[in-house]
Amino acid sequence: MKNIKLALCVAAALALAACSKEAPKSGAQGGAEVKIGHVAPLTGGIAHLGKDNENGARLAVEEANAAGTKIGGKDVKFVLVAEDDQADPKVGTTVAQKLVDAGVVGVVGHLNSGTSIPASPIYNQAGIPVISGSATNPKLTEQGFKNQFRVVGRDDQQGPAIASYLATEKKPKLVAVIDDATAYGEGIANEVEKTLRAAQIKVLPREKGTDKTTDWKAVLTKLRGQNPDAVFYGGMDATGGPLLKQGRELGMKAVFSFGDGACTDKMKELAGDAAEGLLCSQAGIPPQAASKKFLDAYKKRFNMDPILYAPFTYDAANLLIEAMKQAGSTDPKTYLPALQKISFTGATGNIQFDEKGDRKDAEMTIFTMKGGKIEPIAVIKSGKTMSYEEFLKSAK
Amino acid sequence: MDTFLQQIINGLTAGSVYAVVALGYTMVYGIIQLINFAHGEVVMIGAMVAFTVINALVPYGLPPLTIVLLGTACAIPVCMAVGYAMERLAYRPLRHAPRLAPLITAIGVSIILQHLALLVWSRNVLAFPQIISSQTYMIAGAAISTVQIAILAICFGMMAALAILVYRTPLGTAMRATAQNPQVAGLMGIDINRVIAATFLIGAALGAVAGVLFGTYYGIAQYTMGSILGLKAFSAAVLGGIGNIPGAMLGGVLLGLVEALGAGYIGDFTNLCSYEALASRISDCAGGGNFVLFGSNYQDVFAFIVLILVLVFRPSGLLGERVGERA
Repeated sequence: MKNIKLALCVAAALALAACSKEAPKSGAQGGAEVKIGHVAPLTGGIAHLGKDNENGARLAVEEANAAGTKIGGKDVKFVLVAEDDQADPKVGTTVAQKLVDAGVVGVVGHLNSGTSIPASPIYNQAGIPVISGSATNPKLTEQGFKNQFRVVGRDDQQGPAIASYLATEKKPKLVAVIDDATAYGEGIANEVEKTLRAAQIKVLPREKGTDKTTDWKAVLTKLRGQNPDAVFYGGMDATGGPLLKQGRELGMKAVFSFGDGACTDKMKELAGDAAEGLLCSQAGIPPQAASKKFLDAYKKRFNMDPILYAPFTYDAANLLIEAMKQAGSTDPKTYLPALQKISFTGATGNIQFDEKGDRKDAEMTIFTMKGGKIEPIAVIKSGKTMSYEEFLKSAK
Repeated sequence: MDTFLQQIINGLTAGSVYAVVALGYTMVYGIIQLINFAHGEVVMIGAMVAFTVINALVPYGLPPLTIVLLGTACAIPVCMAVGYAMERLAYRPLRHAPRLAPLITAIGVSIILQHLALLVWSRNVLAFPQIISSQTYMIAGAAISTVQIAILAICFGMMAALAILVYRTPLGTAMRATAQNPQVAGLMGIDINRVIAATFLIGAALGAVAGVLFGTYYGIAQYTMGSILGLKAFSAAVLGGIGNIPGAMLGGVLLGLVEALGAGYIGDFTNLCSYEALASRISDCAGGGNFVLFGSNYQDVFAFIVLILVLVFRPSGLLGERVGERA
């Protein structure tokens, strides 16, 4: 009896082992499995944005599988390995290592600049191409990593965009620039000031607050005495909202403009009616402006509209697949050169990379507050401003 | 001129809120020689409770003023309870301990309250519902809103009421007697535990109102708002002479003015390009550029510069008496 039991056990174990060996083959419809990683926070305060990013990448992978993509003449099956970095830099590096160990050939992500930057050396060491669809901090592609790309614009392209929109559309003679003395706020304010000066517009001496300032009255009173036609503030909504509210309370009539840190619906809550008519910029394009083909497919697959960056992660995943197709290989070393030289038209328009891995001619969108919601009014691409309607028409 | 007048109005409004908070510091110090560092947190809790109540009531369509008053009416008892609990649980057991012990306890209480607020109200910046439509009046080119007028009226009203309470009522007499000498006051039939608890309750109630005023004026509340506000009010109390009630009022208003004028003018005075001798040597000045050494982001620093100057040159404050160190 004992022997029979043992034999059964051995047989069962063998059968299991055989099953697990066979599984990838049967699941791959005869093709080899190719793993693509995706990282975004799937828990915590911005989990909804993380899921949106993941959906975009998942859609691209599923479409490629449905179309029976062949790489180098061989059938392949793409598998999306989705990881959660909790928007935490420490977790970001852990999951990056996990993906490398799992043998992914490319990564879409991460969502945040704060997690993308510490994770990037890990991918670089492993030689795996990474494309972020949403990390806008310039530092990400300034590290000299050949495998790091992004399909969204950079923060330092945003300042020139909002400044040139102000200059051409509002034609101010005198502009006041304020920042919150953080790396982000000062950086974007410097870019705005540079662009305005280049357009022969006078800029008042820089005023500063901190990222915790609640009382802007002293600064605004001083500015009111100089009567600027426009005000730009580089900082977040928590300080930008009170700034705008207090400016209007003091009777300032200037146009108030902000970077993406204060380009949120929360400005309405913080500033009340004073928020109406503010101008602000965001890197990239609003999801509604993505290609109709993508929007329809996304809606059909997930039964909802994309929230924010899904069109970008969709394009990022497609770029990886397209580069593999062009190079005829799923080996990161072999297809990386193809990715660097790629020219691909995706859901967010034509994509090419410059030598740093940044997207050439990335779009920036200008928003205004209308009826308590921020709405896109213009898109700026390669220094040209077009109205949002024109952009939608040209994109379709 | 209108800019200067506007800065004065801004300074008076902020200063009157500082003054009300400073009263909480100075009353407690006057009576038990304790710097209650947790007082700023009481102000924060006042703002937070009012925020919660106001937010909950907005959908019912009550008149805005009623909603704010109800918010305040809820904030006051909550803050008084916090103030009383603080005194009963943390400070009373240490009343005869060396003075460093309650001081450190006060810092601990402050941290505990801040983190309790973090748990209850999250770490986000909360936006007060903008329900009061404030009218703005122009006086000689300076704007003053109805909210500012209300803040000034409420703050000065509360200061007057407190002065009457302290100098014209039996409780006030008992408080002043306890401040002079708790043992003798006890022998004269004053229940000093009750008097000290009453001091904390009054200070907390004033703090609650200050918190609501701060929240509705700036439109935001956050769990960290109490620490900087508390430190500034503490500086104001020291400026006026800590332990001295009229001193706290004067110190608060003066500090608000110093801050507003300082932040308003420091940028002009430290813009090196406006001095011809220097302008030619700084490359940034070319073509109408500017090189500002200290911007208005140094606004918060003024409170603490004032604190240091007072401690160095007049440690007893503007209205404080020069008294020998208590034995």
